[in-house]
Order: sequence, then structure tokens, then C-alpha cells
Amino acid sequence: MVSDVLKIGEKELNNRLFLGTGKFSANKYIPEVVRASGVQVVTVALRRVDPEYEEENIAAFVPRDCILMPNTSGARNAQEAVRIARLARAAGCGNWIKIEVIADNRYLLPDNEETVKATEILAGEDFVVLPYMSPDLAAAKKLVAAGAAAVMPLGAPIGSNRGLKTKELVRILINEISLPVIVDAGIGRPSEAAEAMEMGAAAVLVNTAIATAGEPVAMARAFSLAVEAGRLAYLAEPGEAVEYARASSPLTGFLRD
Amino acid sequence: MSFYEVYEQFRGFDMESFFKRVTGAQVKKIITKNRLTEFDYLALLSPAAEKHLEEMAQRARRLTVQHFGRVMMLFTPLYLSNYCVNQCVYCGFQAKNRLERKKLTPDEVEKEARMIAATGLKHLLILTGESRRESSVAYIRACVEILKKYFTSINIEIYPLEEEEYAELIAAGVDGLTIYQEAYDEEIYDQLHPAGPKRNYRFRLETPERACRAGMRAVNVGALLGLHDWRSEAFFTGLHANYLQDTFPEVEVSISPPRIRPHLGGFQPKVKVSDKNLVQYMLAFRLYMPRGGITVSTREPVWLRDRLVKLGATRMSAGSCTAVGGRSVNEHDDGQFEISDERSVAEMARMLYRQGCQPVYKDWQMI
Repeated sequence: MVSDVLKIGEKELNNRLFLGTGKFSANKYIPEVVRASGVQVVTVALRRVDPEYEEENIAAFVPRDCILMPNTSGARNAQEAVRIARLARAAGCGNWIKIEVIADNRYLLPDNEETVKATEILAGEDFVVLPYMSPDLAAAKKLVAAGAAAVMPLGAPIGSNRGLKTKELVRILINEISLPVIVDAGIGRPSEAAEAMEMGAAAVLVNTAIATAGEPVAMARAFSLAVEAGRLAYLAEPGEAVEYARASSPLTGFLRD
Repeated sequence: MSFYEVYEQFRGFDMESFFKRVTGAQVKKIITKNRLTEFDYLALLSPAAEKHLEEMAQRARRLTVQHFGRVMMLFTPLYLSNYCVNQCVYCGFQAKNRLERKKLTPDEVEKEARMIAATGLKHLLILTGESRRESSVAYIRACVEILKKYFTSINIEIYPLEEEEYAELIAAGVDGLTIYQEAYDEEIYDQLHPAGPKRNYRFRLETPERACRAGMRAVNVGALLGLHDWRSEAFFTGLHANYLQDTFPEVEVSISPPRIRPHLGGFQPKVKVSDKNLVQYMLAFRLYMPRGGITVSTREPVWLRDRLVKLGATRMSAGSCTAVGGRSVNEHDDGQFEISDERSVAEMARMLYRQGCQPVYKDWQMI
């Protein structure tokens, strides 16, 4: 099979599972989970990064060969997201940034309008911008125009483990958007990650489902396998699903030239 | 509509009759619901719900892990000043009590900050009594300017301010507000606050609204348990938190369920609030507001705090001291109240890890 890499910014990725880190019972699980799953992109909230306390600094647990993708968790508007992104870069977290702009603390749903504004500013400052968004075609197109490196629609609200509830809307983004579409948030089980990948998602980001599993390391491995299986299935072009049996006597078999 | 108007809608509601009608079947059904109404919440605070605490706990645990992860945010209080003009009958710092009055000098603030920072904590709660002369907004702001060199998040638990004063402190680096209404029942409140500016029930009740309008990131509200019927106070605290979340969706809202502790002056709680009552309150709130924070202080004893880790708590104080300068200046002074859990931050962290819970020292930074 031809090599199947995911290109984002200047980076080429072989593993299409991205890892979130905010909910583990101990940071020591992060390197173990990365090893077990082969994850190459790990997101950490800048609000948790503490270079002054190495022992407990979440960023220090991310293996050095991974791409560290800080996120703007806590930003309530574009301006705050931009400030957090700049602080992250100044703190040595690299130039990848996952934008999270959330002004709704009950459901943690993203504010697409503010996300587009932040994307435009940060892309202009040479960040590799991966915006978390509600799956909306018009907003996704604006994110493309604003210079995003990928779009990250939610499958269901953050932490809900409810699966790919926004499937039809994400499918439209996959069909219409030229950038990688990475399903972020809501994926609760490996089978749901596989479902997203079979549909053509470029990658899947998982945090809660791995971090809060009884055995996070094993669950990370399960997700990695599911993502790979889903990707292979997508590339293998699944046959059409039909609700009726194929007619054995064709209706038009009598036609000759 | 301010929360005072919400309070007025429910004031005088006959809770006794409501509680009498709550059945076990109803409680069981509520526990499985996705979104609870205020009456569902009240039903979970009922005597009938006491028989279903385990089911409530299981659901509360799942919701807490889902929304917050297997983590616990840690912070510590720093008392800046104990000057106070109020006469709250239940407080060790009230104006009539004879104790050495003190406020920290800038050097002392720095000294205390260094000692706390050495524990790794990055979240600080600063407290003062109510005295606009001794602990003015300018004084508090000057302290914040010093403290922000050491801490990435500074919350205030001080007397109620005007909106523009909150804006001033936010600009200086404050990001969170804790304000306890003490008693939501207005009549009881009047009896407990015989003199001083704190007599103004409504001004205090609307304090979080002023702070949120000024751009505060986080607010924490609560009633002091033991002053009045806990079920009613827990209900109004939950209503208040829910109102704030609805009105200010971008704000992180949390509650504290503090129980009265022994203190100078020897006020005896009017109502006994048992451990079981406290747990019921925390569980009911978690089910009512799955994403609402719950703060547990060192007022509670070690053995109970260890168990509350899995019962909905999201933030805990550690390495606490309730006296002004009690860590570095006046180690034997009277505090606002006696703390029950004297463990160090490191000891708390070890306890949390043992329970499969990560202690989080930093969860915000000034931007």
C-alpha cells in the first residue's frame, strides 16, 4: 500500500490518534499511553503548564518526539485565545496551537465566530492553527480562509463520551473542506473513533474516554487500533450499504446495444 | 432580573409540605435524569432522598469524573487582615471580639507568599475582614501586585465591592471571587448581622453579579452551614449558582458547603449539620449542576475530606492557616476559626494520588 501520511503544517504524521491530557489520575500515565498507542500529537492546556514545578508540570510528561499542541482552554473570546497562544509559544511550547474559545460553561460548546477571529490573527503570526469548532460548514469555510491548518469539529460535547452525534454535519465538512477534518470531543469508544475514520476523518482527538477508563493505557491502545482500522477501511473504499437484496434478475437485462 | 428577585419568588415556599410529598420512586427517577429542575434538586435534598445516598453517590462520581477528570484542584488561603467593622455573631474576627488586630505589611505579604509558593501551589485565596479603612481596595490591590509574582491565580474573599472596584482588582490580576451569603434566609440573616455594612442583605446577595459584570472569571458562593435549616440553605445556594451560570455562561461557577467550626467568641451553631447531611448536599448539587465546582475546605476533618474526594469535590484547600501572618509572622495568633485538617500540601497530594486522583497545583494563569 502507498504510504498514508497526514500532513499538517510542515509535519507528516503516521498515527492519526491525537491525545488530550487534562483528566488523567496522574501525569505519569501520559508517556505510557503515548508508548502504547504510538500517538504523535499531544495537546495540553497552557493553563496547566507550569515550567516552575517540573515534578508536576504536565508538559514535561509529553515525550520529546511528540508534537506538543498547547490549547487555549479557558479563553472566553478571540482576544484571550490569542494571548494564551502567544504565552504558549513564549513558554517554549512550539508553534502548534489548538484554539478553544468557549463562552458557555454549561456545555462547553465552542464559539465559532470568535474562533474564526482568533484563527485569522494567529495564522498571520505563523502559528499552525487547529481550531476546535461546532461542525458548521459556513464557519469551517471561514476557518479555511483564515488560514487554519485543519478543522476540529466536535462529535458530541466535551467529556460526554456520547459518540459521533454530529455525524451528518461532520460528513459535510469532510466532503466540502479541503483541510484535514479532525474529530475532537465526544468520542467515547474505539468503535466510534473507527466510525469517524471510516467516514474519512483525517484524525481523531481523544481525552476523556482514555483518561477516565479503568485501564487508560489499554484503552489508548484500543483507540489507536480502531483509528488505524477505520483509516484502512476508508482507504479500501467500503462497498455501498444497501437496505435491499441485489436483484438476481436484472430489470434491464433484455437490452442489447 | 437579579438573584434577589429569584430569591423572592421562592421565599416562603413551604418546603416541609414539599418534602412530605417526595417519594423514594421519585428520587430514584430524578437520579437518572439528564437535566434537573430546581424542584428535582429540592427533592434530592429531602429526608426521603437520604435512603438513596448510595445511588446518588454513584451517579455523582460518574458525572464528576466525566466533567472534571480524575483530578483535584488545590489552593490555599492567605489572610491579609483581620480588622472588621461587622458584628457577625458567628465569626471569630467580628468587631466585638478582643483579639490582636493586624494586617500584613508588604514585606510580610512577600514572606508569606514565598513560604506558600515553596509548596508548589499556584492558586491563592486572599481574605480580609470588612474594613475599608484598614484593608482598602488600594491595599488589597497592592498585595495582589506582590502576590502575582508568586501565584498564577488569585481569588479574593473580602467584603462586597462595587462593580468598578472589582474591575480594578481584575485589572491588577484577580480572577476569582468567593463570597458567602452566610444565610440565604433574609430574616435569619438580619438576626445574625446586628451591625455594620454587612447588614445590607441585598447588596451582599448581588455581589457575585457585580463581579461577573466586571469580568470575573470564576465565582464561588455558599451558605455557612449551621446558621439555619441546611436543606433550605443548600437549596438557595444551588439556585444562586444556577442563576449565575445562566446569567453569566462564560463564568466558572462553584459552591462551598462550609460548616461552622469552633472559634473565638464561642457561638454555638443553631442547627446541627451531620456528615450525612453534608454529603447529601454535595451529591444533590453535583446532580443538579454537573459542571459546577464544589470546594471543600480544611474546616472538615481528615477522615471525611479523604472520602469527599470521591463524592463530587473538585477543589480543596491545603496547608491552610486562618490567622493573619500565621505562617511566618504570628504563628500563635487566633485564626478566624480552627481548622480540622492540618496536613501539608505534600501530604494532601500523597493522599490524592493514593486515591487515584491527580492533585492540580496550577489550573489558570494570568493572560
